[in-house]
Amino acid sequence: MSHWFGKGITRKQILHTISLEIAPGEVVLLTGPSGCGKTTLLTLIGALRKVQTGNLWVFGNKVHGSSRKLRQQLRRNIGMIFQGHNLLRCLTAEQNVQMGADLLPGLSYRSRRDKAREWLHEVGLRDQSSQLPQDLSGGQKQRVAIARALAAQPKLLLADEPTAALDSVTGREVVYLLKRLALEQSCSVLMVTHDPRILDVADRVVKMEDGRLLPPFG
Amino acid sequence: MKFGPWQKRSIPLAWLLLSRQPLRLLVALAGISFAGILMFMQLGFRDGLFDASVTVHRLFDADLVLMSPRSMSSISMSGFPRRRLVQAMAHEDVVGTTPVNWNFLLWRNPETLTTRSILALGFEPSAPLFQDPELEVKAQALTNPGRVLFDELSRNEFGPIPKWFKEGRIVETELAGKRVRVAGLVRLGPSFGADGNLLTSRETFLDLLPSTPPGSIEIGLIRLRPGSDPEKIINSLRASLPSDVKVFTRQGFIDFEKNYWRTSTSIGFIFSLGAAMGFVVGCVIVYQILYSDVSDHLPEYATLLAMGYRLKTLLGVVAREGIFLALMGYVPAYLVGQALYALVRSSTKLPVVMDPSRAMLVFVLILFMCMSSALLAMRRLVDADPAEIF
Repeated sequence: MSHWFGKGITRKQILHTISLEIAPGEVVLLTGPSGCGKTTLLTLIGALRKVQTGNLWVFGNKVHGSSRKLRQQLRRNIGMIFQGHNLLRCLTAEQNVQMGADLLPGLSYRSRRDKAREWLHEVGLRDQSSQLPQDLSGGQKQRVAIARALAAQPKLLLADEPTAALDSVTGREVVYLLKRLALEQSCSVLMVTHDPRILDVADRVVKMEDGRLLPPFG
Repeated sequence: MKFGPWQKRSIPLAWLLLSRQPLRLLVALAGISFAGILMFMQLGFRDGLFDASVTVHRLFDADLVLMSPRSMSSISMSGFPRRRLVQAMAHEDVVGTTPVNWNFLLWRNPETLTTRSILALGFEPSAPLFQDPELEVKAQALTNPGRVLFDELSRNEFGPIPKWFKEGRIVETELAGKRVRVAGLVRLGPSFGADGNLLTSRETFLDLLPSTPPGSIEIGLIRLRPGSDPEKIINSLRASLPSDVKVFTRQGFIDFEKNYWRTSTSIGFIFSLGAAMGFVVGCVIVYQILYSDVSDHLPEYATLLAMGYRLKTLLGVVAREGIFLALMGYVPAYLVGQALYALVRSSTKLPVVMDPSRAMLVFVLILFMCMSSALLAMRRLVDADPAEIF
């Protein structure tokens, strides 16, 4: 799979013939210097961008050449955790998580709310459920974001530098929590990170440079 | 399992977006209410002024009205021969007629001694004039010459006549240069053309205005047999009467007067323009509020798109914000409008009331204002690109 940005003379190739496969339940870490195309790859897999050339399958669905509608439906099965927590400022922690649970079809309001509460409990924020994001610490916000992503019962979790805004201890806690909960759901994880302190959570580490995957080592 | 809409509901995002930013909500509501109040006032004044032009017209006890074709409005009445009314009486369905003289005379305020023009109606005290049955009794007093019934709703500039009269004083003053005595009070109300009204007998009227030819009247009231068809009688009267007289239905008589003020003055245009300005101001305010609200939350909307929410769902959130704003902004506008109408009524004596159709119109305008602003603000939402948030 390859990808370009820009048009005409300023067109720049970001990804060069990337080939990557993630097995169900696998935790893959993607590392590399900034600007090497990690985030672009993540947005392609997350069905947030159109695939230009090459083939991309997510859960057996063709993403290349797919319609906007199909990509929107695919995204319901992909959880996303961002560098900034990207919580909705006007919603409480519980309501934020429920925005994730609300995507599940065929559940009553009450059962979706209960699900949101359970997830908040899972990430250890039962007492903060009615607080607004502005009253939570960075680590707590990121844990709410994890609960929100998992509440939609995704089969794949994409995380873009989830520890960037956190100190090392909190960062490790968050990542371990993320891994444990994802595995309980048998959900695959693809995590982009610069952070060398969390490399040990991965089943596999993939390095990237200048839009190319480096051959695996070790 | 099947769920009702209540169980299918999700987080009320639109409501929370508004209510968790109380300052912005307050500004928006103040703006919408202001626009609504402006529209209520302008439209109220407009309708009130048009209604006020026919306060007296509405009171007449008549099914058909005769008027000179040269009469353009209540402030420029021309006479026609009273004989026409007698001719109309010949029609089998006509059961009664009342000749009425109509002119403006100078009334001297007995307190300040300044003069002011007042509408004087002259009629036969024995014949019915208004639908109000009380008038029949009061009209007895007019059989003596030089007596008038004064409209107690007349503007205060005519002097404290109602107060003095109720105190039992003999109220005498000068009308068209001749002495008259107030023999009673009636309640008619000032109109557009007339700040005050008084009733008198035809005899006194002709005495006050000797230039009026005795056989000439300004309006002729015709009462029909109950159950007869006014349209048919109008046609036969039009055919039988000469062209120096025009026949109106009661409603046509009222509309003729209203139409004069609507077409030959700029009142309708001025007040409609005022209401339109209120609408535009409201649109700008709501658009600003919703646009900046969407802009501020753009990353959050993009996040929702990335989570798999449809763009349609998010557009619905903005639309619902518009509806909430319209509903919440209308209530204070309605209440303040009511209060201001009461204030206008008491200070100008204009019949400005909260007409249900106007209340509905302003609500529809506010809803339209909020929804069109929401629609414009939605264009910003399309800029939310979930790929940009990483």
